[in-house]
Amino acid sequence: MSTALIIEQLLNGLQFGVMLFLMAAGLTLIFGVMGLINLAHGSFYMIGAFACAAVAAATGSFWLGLAASLAAAAAAGALVELAVIRRLYDRDHLDQVLATFALILIFSEGTRWLFGSFPLYLDIPQVLSGAVDLPGGARYQLYRLAIIGVGVLVALGLYYLIARTRLGMRIRAGQSDREMIAALGVDIGTLYTMVFALGAALAGLAGALVGALQSVQVGMGEPVLILAFVVIVIGGIGSIKGALVGAVLVGLTDTLGRFLLPKLFAAFLGPSEGATVGAALASMLIYIVMALILAFRPKGLFPATA
Amino acid sequence: MKKILAASVLGLSLSASGLAYAEPVKVGMITTLSGGGAGLGVDVRDGFLLALKQAGNTEIEVVVEDDAMKPETAVQLADKMIQSDQVDILTGIIWSNLAMAVVPSVTAQDKFYLSPNAGPSPLAGAKCHKNYFNVAWQNDSLHEAAGAYATKAGYKKPFILAPNYPAGTDALTGFKRFYTGELANEVYTKLGATDYAAEISQIRASGADAVYFFLPGGMGIAFMKQYAQSGVNIPVVGPAFSFSQDVLGAMGDAALGVKNTAQWSPDLDNATSKAFVESFKAEYGRIPSLYASQGFDTANLILSAAAKASVKDADAFRAALEAADFKSTRGDFKFAPNHHPIHDVYVREVVKEGDVLTNKIVGVALEDHQDVYAAECKM
Repeated sequence: MSTALIIEQLLNGLQFGVMLFLMAAGLTLIFGVMGLINLAHGSFYMIGAFACAAVAAATGSFWLGLAASLAAAAAAGALVELAVIRRLYDRDHLDQVLATFALILIFSEGTRWLFGSFPLYLDIPQVLSGAVDLPGGARYQLYRLAIIGVGVLVALGLYYLIARTRLGMRIRAGQSDREMIAALGVDIGTLYTMVFALGAALAGLAGALVGALQSVQVGMGEPVLILAFVVIVIGGIGSIKGALVGAVLVGLTDTLGRFLLPKLFAAFLGPSEGATVGAALASMLIYIVMALILAFRPKGLFPATA
Repeated sequence: MKKILAASVLGLSLSASGLAYAEPVKVGMITTLSGGGAGLGVDVRDGFLLALKQAGNTEIEVVVEDDAMKPETAVQLADKMIQSDQVDILTGIIWSNLAMAVVPSVTAQDKFYLSPNAGPSPLAGAKCHKNYFNVAWQNDSLHEAAGAYATKAGYKKPFILAPNYPAGTDALTGFKRFYTGELANEVYTKLGATDYAAEISQIRASGADAVYFFLPGGMGIAFMKQYAQSGVNIPVVGPAFSFSQDVLGAMGDAALGVKNTAQWSPDLDNATSKAFVESFKAEYGRIPSLYASQGFDTANLILSAAAKASVKDADAFRAALEAADFKSTRGDFKFAPNHHPIHDVYVREVVKEGDVLTNKIVGVALEDHQDVYAAECKM
């Protein structure tokens, strides 16, 4: 096992974590500010990817596609908030789960109706294709480095937004006392729509970025959604910082587990058996980590102060 | 009781009107029409319905339901189709884990199951059943052919990769049965995984001289795109599932020139296949994948058997199925004693025709190939 391989795997874990962060940030923000469990968050991820693929195919420009993915996901988010979610704030979590689950089905079937069942084609932009040499003899794909960069920028941007701007102040105020900021004359309805659209746009961005690496297809959001929930539970629900730490932790655990566990078991059980057992255990690893963290920190690593 | 009476009266009146067929046949199709595996199910369904349409057959009634790639849904649908729709034959399942959940209970209830895709090894061997037929292949077949091809092409150190589920382990076992040299590594990924960065890094570091991967549907698209983007240029070999017509469009030029093994290809030179490709294109506006050809064959097998015997007479109907007296898109086709096909497996290459990616046959990997599990099958 060379240093180059380990560096590459660490970067892979980081890139996966950053992608999860884009999903989890919106999810945790929406839960933290509005107390809403939004299962349809994965649909915004899918909408972003489809918008990007459709626009990139029509115009030939990935960057226009990326802009379209942000716009489409934010618009879908705002629309859903105004039409459906708004009625759910005062209901209990079960009603929210039911309604947002229905939204998943509507979005999935709607997308299938528009684009068909076959996956769409979306490639990475020419500028970012190829790999770069890193110290230690490692080579890493430029596009994946760019995703890490985008994730870091989004994290800094969100930090600035929440900690330094008026909107961020209102979001924090909404998080700690909803009635009070409404009483102070803040238009809480608009604030909620904005937060929801922001969360949706981040999910759409993640969908578009990842869609170019993977396949753009109906139902692509749900597996990521489950991981995003794991991330926010680990990080502490409602905390952006928790989402960042949780996402990187989950990304690294998953990648290194997939890489190292089969090797470990192969040492005892032989290559074929070891690969099967290791792979099976690796797919459980993040849930084991989540269970351990919850056993010692039931509210997650960085519980949001309420 | 009333319902049974009504059904039998209905059955009688229908059979009186049926001319060519002894009895109307009701087929339940459980297949994947939503989610990441939908492309495969849609092709099987379309191929199947096309064959019925061409036969001008109104005696065969088909109920189609979506299993969403979930074993529990497939089991529920099978129960519903047997108990309330009262189907005679079930078919359609794409994924081996779903087939393992559904098929044993279907055959135990004296219904026929004709697999248009999944062929897990237990059902070909120890758990084979007289009412279970596989019209596609035993899971290992195409991988065995790929192993044979890798040996013939002179690869010395392939890196092999498959998802961790029954068909995935069957795949790598099959490959290793016909490729007995050294392996760079053997890796199992999570079923449905879409990010292969960790595996691609391992491939780069492994010093392999070829990569063999079995990743059907969206998984294969994701892998192949990421592989091409990563700048690793070790040659890739796959089974047809990794480079089938349903995924080529989304893979793009990354797939060009890749060798893959299949029992059928759109350019296969026989009259049935040519007519099938033409009519499929005319009907649905796309080139059929091998899944579509399997659906088409399955429907034609049912038609051929229904013309000879009543489905209510299980022994006669089974004998009619065993005869496989239909024109298969893959040319020669017959069943081995374990009800799995004996057929040729070809090597194909991904080529570009106009601006559409498709496959072309470049050679034969295995002739009159039969699976190894038949020996364990005691019917």
